[in-house]
Amino acid sequence: MAVLVIADHDGATVRDTTAKTVTVALAIASDVDVLVAGGSAAAASAAKISGVRKVLTAESTGLGHNLAEALTALGEQLAGGYEAILTPATSVGKNFAPRLAAKLDVALVSDIIEVVDAKTFVRPIYAGNALETVKVGEGRFVATVRATAFKAASEGGAAPIEAVPASDATGRAASFVSEEVVKSDRPELAGAKIVVSGGRALGSAEEFHRVIEPLADKLGAAVGASRAAVDAGYAPNDYQVGQTGKVVAPDLYVAVGISGAIQHLAGMKDSKIIVAINKDADAPIFQIADYGLVADYKVAVPDLMAELEKIGK
Amino acid sequence: MKVLVPVKRVIDYNVKVRVKPDQTGVDLANVKMSMNPFDEISTEEAVRLKEKGVASEIVVISIGPAQAQETLRTALAMGADRGILIQTDQDLEPLAVAKLLKAVVAEEAPGLVLLGKQAIDGDNNAVGQMLAALLDWPQATFASKIEISGDTATVTREVDGGLQVLSLSLPAVVTADLRLNEPRYASLPNIMKAKKKPIDIKPVADYGVDVAPRLTVLKVAEPPKRQGGAKVESAADLVSKLKNEAGVI
Repeated sequence: MAVLVIADHDGATVRDTTAKTVTVALAIASDVDVLVAGGSAAAASAAKISGVRKVLTAESTGLGHNLAEALTALGEQLAGGYEAILTPATSVGKNFAPRLAAKLDVALVSDIIEVVDAKTFVRPIYAGNALETVKVGEGRFVATVRATAFKAASEGGAAPIEAVPASDATGRAASFVSEEVVKSDRPELAGAKIVVSGGRALGSAEEFHRVIEPLADKLGAAVGASRAAVDAGYAPNDYQVGQTGKVVAPDLYVAVGISGAIQHLAGMKDSKIIVAINKDADAPIFQIADYGLVADYKVAVPDLMAELEKIGK
Repeated sequence: MKVLVPVKRVIDYNVKVRVKPDQTGVDLANVKMSMNPFDEISTEEAVRLKEKGVASEIVVISIGPAQAQETLRTALAMGADRGILIQTDQDLEPLAVAKLLKAVVAEEAPGLVLLGKQAIDGDNNAVGQMLAALLDWPQATFASKIEISGDTATVTREVDGGLQVLSLSLPAVVTADLRLNEPRYASLPNIMKAKKKPIDIKPVADYGVDVAPRLTVLKVAEPPKRQGGAKVESAADLVSKLKNEAGVI
C-alpha cells in the first residue's frame, strides 16, 4: 500500500516541512506520493525529494487559497489508493486534515512526533507535558506531522509529475475574501535554524523592533515572541511561539525578556541550544536554558551585538 | 439565530500535569478542573453576539462526566441560556464527539456552532473541523474576529504568516483562537441566576451514534527532561560558548 503526503508549499516551492513529512511517510510505506494542491509550480521541488514515487498536482480556486472544503474534496477523491494520508501540522494542515478524516470516517492522529511502527505513533498531549503512544486500527488513517521533530528526506529524486483533475468543492463551502501575509526577508519562524524571541519585558512594540529585530538580523534568525508579548501588542500574532502558537525546534533559540511560562516552553523546549537573557535569576526559563545570562536586556543585548560584531557577524 | 457552544471540562491550565506511574494516562484525581480556555473564548463570543442582538439563544453542550455540569454552569453564568450534558465517563475521541454534536445539531438547528479551536488536554484540534465535515457545513477555524450580517459570517482567521478572511453562509462552524476576545468573569448575581437555568442530561445511548475509539492508547509517558540551568557571566562568555562549545553560530 501507499501513503499520500499533502504538501505544504508557497506556490513556488514546497517547504521543508513537506520533505520532513515524507520522512514519516517512508517509515510507514515504501510507496509515497506527494500532492501539491493549488500551486503546481511547486511540483518540481517536490519531485526532487528522495523516495517520492510520483508527484500529483491539482488546481482550483479553493485549492489556490488552501480552503479546507476544497482540500478535503480532493483528499476524498484520491484516498482510495492510499492507506494513510499525511500532511504537516501547519495552519493549513490542521484546518483540513480533521475534516478529511471525518469525511472518510477514519482515525485521525494529530501532531505525530515519533514513528514507532507503521501503525503506532507518539504525539504530545497537555502541551507536550505528556507524550501519548497511539496505535491506529486496521484500514486507512489521516495524520498531521509535527515537522520539527523529523529530519527532511534528502534531495536527489526525480519523480514524475502528474496532474489530477480537481473540481471546486460541491456542497456548502467557505469562500475566500482576502488575506494579509506579512512579507519578510527573514527566515520563516517554523523552519528557521536560529530564532530570537522577545517577551513581555520589552515593554512596547517600539522596543521590540529596536532590540529584537536587529539581533535577529545579525544572527540571520527568525523573530518570535511569547504569548504575553503578542497579547500586549508588541509583536504580531504569527510571531507567537508556544502551545497555542508555533512550535519551533531550531539549532539555537534565544529568549530575551521571556520568563518561561509552561505554554511558551511547550513551543520551544525541543530546540538544540537555548539561550535565556532575563534580569530575574529565578525566571523558569533558566531551568531549561543551556546558557543563561542574568542581566537586563537593555545592557545584555547591545553587549551581545558588540561581541557578535567582533567575531564577524 | 440560535448559537450552539460545545464546552469541555479539562484540567485547569495552571495545573502542572503529572503522568500516572503505570503510564495509563494523566493523574486527574484531586486536580483542579476548569472549562477549556478556548471554550471560554467561544462562550464569550456567543454572549457578545447575543448582546449585539445577533444571537437569540445560546445553548451550551458538554460531553463528559456528571461533574461537567459545573462547566456548563460556568458557561450559563457567563450568559448562555441553557445547557445539555451528554453524560459519559468514557474519554471520547474527536470523531465520536463530532458525531454526537451532529445529532445535537439535528435537534437544535442552530445557525452557528462556535467551538474552541482545541482542548488543552488532548490537543487534537479536530472536533470543529470534523463536525463541519459531518454536517457538510462551511468552516472557519482559528478565528480572531467574527462579524455576522444577515445569513453571512465574515471570519478573520489566524494562519501561518498572517491573517485570512473567509465568508461563510450560515449555518456554519467557527472555532475560536486566543485573540478572538477576552472572556469575562461571571458576576455573583449571574452565578446565582445560572443555578436556575435548565440543564438537560442525556446518556450517549440516546443518540444512536458509533462512539467506538479508532485509536488504542498504548501508553502515556513523561517527556524527556531537558538538562538546563547553566549560567554564563557575560555576553562575551555567551558568544564564546555558542561559537566554540555549542557550535551554533
